[in-house]
Amino acid sequence: MDITNYVVLAAVLFAIGATTVLLRRNAIVVFMGVELMLNATNLAFVTFARLHGDLTGQVLAFFVMVVAAAEVVVGLAIIVTIFRTRRSASVDDVNLLKG
Amino acid sequence: MNDVIGLAPWLVGFPLIGAAILLLGGKATDRWGHWLGVLASAASAVIGFILMFRMIGTPAEERSIDHHLWTWLSAGGLDVDLGLRLDPLSLTFVMLVTFVGTLIHVYSVAYMDHDPHRRRFFGYLNLFVAAMLTLVLADSYLLLFVGWEGVGLASYLLIGFWDTGRPSARENAVAAKKAFVMNRIGDMGLIAAMALLFAGTGALDFGTTLSDDAVGSLSEATATAIGLCLLLAACGKSAQFPLQAWLGDAMAGPTPVSALIHAATMVTAGVYLMVRSGPILEAAPTAQLVVVIVGAVTLLFGAVVGTAKDDIKKALAASTMSQIGYMMLAAGLGPAGYAFAIFHLLTHGFFKAGLFLGAGSVMHAMGDQTDMRRFGGLSRFLPITWITMGLGWLAILGIPPFSGFWSKDGIIEAAFMPVEGQPWRAWVFGSVAVLGAAITAFYMTRLFFMTFGGRRPRWTENQHPHESSPLMWWPLVFLGVGSAALGAVLGIGGTFVTWLEPVVGHAEHHEPVLPVPVIITTTLVVVVLGALLAFRMYAVALVPEEAPRGSVLTRAARRDLYQDTANETLVLKPAHGVARLVQVGDRDVVDRGWSVLPQAVSWFGAVFRKAQSGYVRSYAAGMAGGVLVIAVVVWLVVGLGGAQ
Repeated sequence: MDITNYVVLAAVLFAIGATTVLLRRNAIVVFMGVELMLNATNLAFVTFARLHGDLTGQVLAFFVMVVAAAEVVVGLAIIVTIFRTRRSASVDDVNLLKG
Repeated sequence: MNDVIGLAPWLVGFPLIGAAILLLGGKATDRWGHWLGVLASAASAVIGFILMFRMIGTPAEERSIDHHLWTWLSAGGLDVDLGLRLDPLSLTFVMLVTFVGTLIHVYSVAYMDHDPHRRRFFGYLNLFVAAMLTLVLADSYLLLFVGWEGVGLASYLLIGFWDTGRPSARENAVAAKKAFVMNRIGDMGLIAAMALLFAGTGALDFGTTLSDDAVGSLSEATATAIGLCLLLAACGKSAQFPLQAWLGDAMAGPTPVSALIHAATMVTAGVYLMVRSGPILEAAPTAQLVVVIVGAVTLLFGAVVGTAKDDIKKALAASTMSQIGYMMLAAGLGPAGYAFAIFHLLTHGFFKAGLFLGAGSVMHAMGDQTDMRRFGGLSRFLPITWITMGLGWLAILGIPPFSGFWSKDGIIEAAFMPVEGQPWRAWVFGSVAVLGAAITAFYMTRLFFMTFGGRRPRWTENQHPHESSPLMWWPLVFLGVGSAALGAVLGIGGTFVTWLEPVVGHAEHHEPVLPVPVIITTTLVVVVLGALLAFRMYAVALVPEEAPRGSVLTRAARRDLYQDTANETLVLKPAHGVARLVQVGDRDVVDRGWSVLPQAVSWFGAVFRKAQSGYVRSYAAGMAGGVLVIAVVVWLVVGLGGAQ
């Protein structure tokens, strides 16, 4: 199996995730984009771990998953709270911190 | 002499303690405070007499005594000792200050009778006397400076004594401030002179600095600079041209203060400084010439101003200025003039104190009126004042045998002494002195007859003039007798000149450019002419109650020959201009210059602030773009590196 396919797939997934983050307004969807990007990098980690026969990449993938899980918990909590106060889940409405 | 030398510090001590008790004691001393003041001054006078008589009993060469009191400062190689110098010169001043001062104290008891602050007044008078005695008794320029400043302070307090509760309170306060500030200009000269002297000789005490060695070690340029700085100091204190403007305004103080300032303390300090610093001046002929010129200019200046003033006190003030001008002129003539400068100072102290206290008595009788155009015909109502002021008038005119004749004639003769290489000097300064005597005769006769003579009184309504109380006229009698007799007692046979010789040195006798009898006759003739002119104008003719417009010169003289205007134009306005320039420069150049920096920071902030839109997605786009750029750069670098 050619390693290139995995790397390209990871790159495509990352690009889709990044595009989602940059273009969508709904916070939940933006969040999903972030998850997609994290998992794209996980795929790249695992691929290169397999390529080098080294477990470091797989270990890092686990770390990413753990951090992503924690981040989902916190992130969703924030999004729910914002929705409750402002009746909106649009990221563009949350722009109080501007210069 | 040595057994009584221990009394010398008490000369200063008694008035100083008196001042401390009166000023710190507060209201508790109100009832008897004025008598304590008189007592303190009188005690000083008694000690002065004792020291004086003991000194007369000692041989001439032992008459200069430096009485060391204690070491003031000791720092490394520098020791500043504090001590008193007793010699004929300082004792002459002690006698003048304490004797005339005590008479003025006694007079003030009655004069200030109704003043609620009489105790404070006497505290200041004692302080004044103590400061002046410190000044003349000091054995170094440093201690002299202490007295010098003390005199300035006391005069400030006394000139502005009536600074509350009167219509003129504000003017009085301004006059006090003016006197103080103009004195400070002179003080600056004294400080500069001390600095130069210390740099040149390494000491400030008279014993070292005025010795032949020390003076010889000074270059002529240094000596000239020191001499001119000392002259500046003397001009400030003695109201000499160009620092004389304060003297007329100083009349704002109570009349005894004027008498004290003009006769015993304050304005005589400048002449003392000049005579005391004689050896330095002699090493600097240029400075001496400037002293003479300043004296001559002031002499005429004061005399001209005196002819136009209608205020009796201001006329007398101008007269003082003029008479001190005579003394300065004499002090600049070298050893030949010193003795006569001090002699004239002494006789002037008596007759001017008498004239001022007499003027006070007249004002007392006329309800504080000072305008001479509102006097007239007072001789019948104030006989004692009339006679004593008459003696003062004859004395200041220089009519023999009254005291002014002996001293002023000496100065005029000294002014006619030839100076080697400068034959014009004797003629110019001699003529100025004679001319001054003529104008003096005019304005003093005018003053005398406008007040006491005249065919009809020109009083305002409800005037009931009456002779003042014995406390006021007894001092007048003493001063009148002094004005009449002192000159002859000390002048005949050169007693006074011989007495001062140990200090000022023996003067080589030069023949004046004119024979002495010619000088005396000429002076007397012009004096009588001046007096007759004034008599015709102000005693025979009717004096208008409102001042006529007068000639250009009269109008100028009424305004002190535009001295205040000149000061304002030449000094105040430029100084204000400089101040404004600095202020504007600070605000518009320095401040504005520095404000460019914070403005730039603020501008950059405003520009970059726009990047903070608050939109999370735009931040994310920025991050993504940045990562992309870095990736491209890395790819390019690595790619190029790989290509090599």
